Amino acid sequence: MSIDIDTARKVAHLARIAVPEENLPALADQLSGILTFMEQLNEVDVTGVEPMTSVTPMRLKRRADVVTDGGYPEKILSNAPDAREGFFAVPKVVE
Amino acid sequence: MLDHLAYRTPEPKVIAGAKADWELVIGLEVHAQVASNAKLFSGASTTFGSEPNANVAFVDAAMPGMLPVINEFCVAQAVRTGLGLKAQINLTSAFDRKNYFYPDLPQGYQISQLYHPIVGEGEIIVDMGPGIARRVRIERIHLEQDAGKSIHDMDPNMSFVDLNRTGVALMEIVSRPDIRGPEEAAAYVGKLRQILRYLGTCDGNMQNGNLRCDVNVSICRPGAYEKFIETGDFSYLGIRCEIKNMNSMRFIQQAIDYEARRQIAIVEDGGAVVQETRLYDPDRGETRSMRSKEEAHDYRYFPCPDLLPLEIEQAWVDDIAATMPELPDAKKARFVADFGLTEYDAGVLTAEAENAAFFEAVAAGRDGKQAANWVINELFGRLNKQGLAIADSPVSAAQLGGVLDLIGAGEISGKIAKDLFEILWTEGGDPAQIVEARGMKQVTDTGAIETAVDAIIAANPAQVEKARANPKLAGWFTGQVLKATGGKANPAVVNEMVARKLGLGE
Repeated sequence: MSIDIDTARKVAHLARIAVPEENLPALADQLSGILTFMEQLNEVDVTGVEPMTSVTPMRLKRRADVVTDGGYPEKILSNAPDAREGFFAVPKVVE
Repeated sequence: MLDHLAYRTPEPKVIAGAKADWELVIGLEVHAQVASNAKLFSGASTTFGSEPNANVAFVDAAMPGMLPVINEFCVAQAVRTGLGLKAQINLTSAFDRKNYFYPDLPQGYQISQLYHPIVGEGEIIVDMGPGIARRVRIERIHLEQDAGKSIHDMDPNMSFVDLNRTGVALMEIVSRPDIRGPEEAAAYVGKLRQILRYLGTCDGNMQNGNLRCDVNVSICRPGAYEKFIETGDFSYLGIRCEIKNMNSMRFIQQAIDYEARRQIAIVEDGGAVVQETRLYDPDRGETRSMRSKEEAHDYRYFPCPDLLPLEIEQAWVDDIAATMPELPDAKKARFVADFGLTEYDAGVLTAEAENAAFFEAVAAGRDGKQAANWVINELFGRLNKQGLAIADSPVSAAQLGGVLDLIGAGEISGKIAKDLFEILWTEGGDPAQIVEARGMKQVTDTGAIETAVDAIIAANPAQVEKARANPKLAGWFTGQVLKATGGKANPAVVNEMVARKLGLGE
């Protein structure tokens, strides 16, 4: 499968990564290369094989329904470019 | 044990267009906040109304290196909900990432269950009136994270973001397109909410946004829906539009009605409905397109690499099943069968589990119909008037039961019983003691009643003549005697005696 320039532009937009127009052809090439490499896996017949989710048998770790975290709004906001009255402040988004 | 009463299916709503009749086809996605102490993947609190960003863990704020660990109780709540909707429980389910950017979603994705939900197909019986109900099939229930809250009206140029709700567990409950009108849609949400509250898996508070829904609406000509049901072929149905994020029963109905008429007008005009997401504006009473969402609709779902598949054991599911409460349908059917109530009264009494428990405490060992009348008319009437919940009732089930016992034993009349109820409501106390202490006992002593009857007859010769001419007027004497005895005389005894004294015979 090959990725064309339009698809590369769309993927960049969806990921909110600013890619200059002149870099798109190279990016499309690299993405295509990755996909081509991955496509080799399709050559293996995996009919009837359960997808493996971990190397050793493991069970999803669970937590009890107890409040053990939170309560530090100042830490949560400490890296925010803009915070006011305990909220993150972001450029207006309106539906 | 009767699972539910027998019902017939309601007629679908028909809307007359300019050229033809149209029917509606509606499916709902309900987002119900799981009742839990902590969030789905973090140990932060789910408490509503805390200071902004106080209930946020580094996991919820999506700080680098933070990993989600699932709250087992939230899983149990989803399973319990599935069991309550008679649904299939999937022992293996898995989490996926739904990718999109929005300021109140710090991760840049929502952890959800697209491909392998924890709960499969179930059903809800939606009551539409005595003897009438729609069976709505449930397609699936999956667990997912809620987003944060954006506030747009605190600053002219900025939106303020509070992440307290970020990561709280939601159950998305998806119905099949089996709902056939605006009233049915509201009734469906009401019934689902009732079941969730019985189960204790969601508090159903719509005002706080703990229960909200997306509504899919399409229109079709009469007969088309039946063909769709027969074949499963969606092409028999119209193109649907999705109305997002409704949290009021009234708005759900208004929005569906508006949206159906909008689509009818388009189609009758020779146009085609475009599949899109719309918002309902209650101020204008109309739906409008959310175009901004359309281009962002590429969610690029993929399995969440931070979470192994969720595997649960049948024995664990069985343990949950063993603790299921009696659900509304079964309780209603039992009240009809055991207490001889009408379906309507049984429906009123079982609307909330606490109400039903109160009624059962009053009715135990007593006349069920009489207990229902007192609980519904006197108690609920009074509670509604004062805006009180059953838990705050000044009159307990034991006190109300005491009143019924006094009526049953012939100690007090129905009229005095209402006075007694009033005293219990305002002052409290033991019903029997109050009746004794305040001389409210019904007079069944025929001697005392006879004296009163004789006195009234002697004092009103003109009325006596009239009553002899027209026996229907004898009731006047009964009224006078009851008045003279302060309502304490047994009306049946008075009636009989008045008739005899006036020589009217039975």
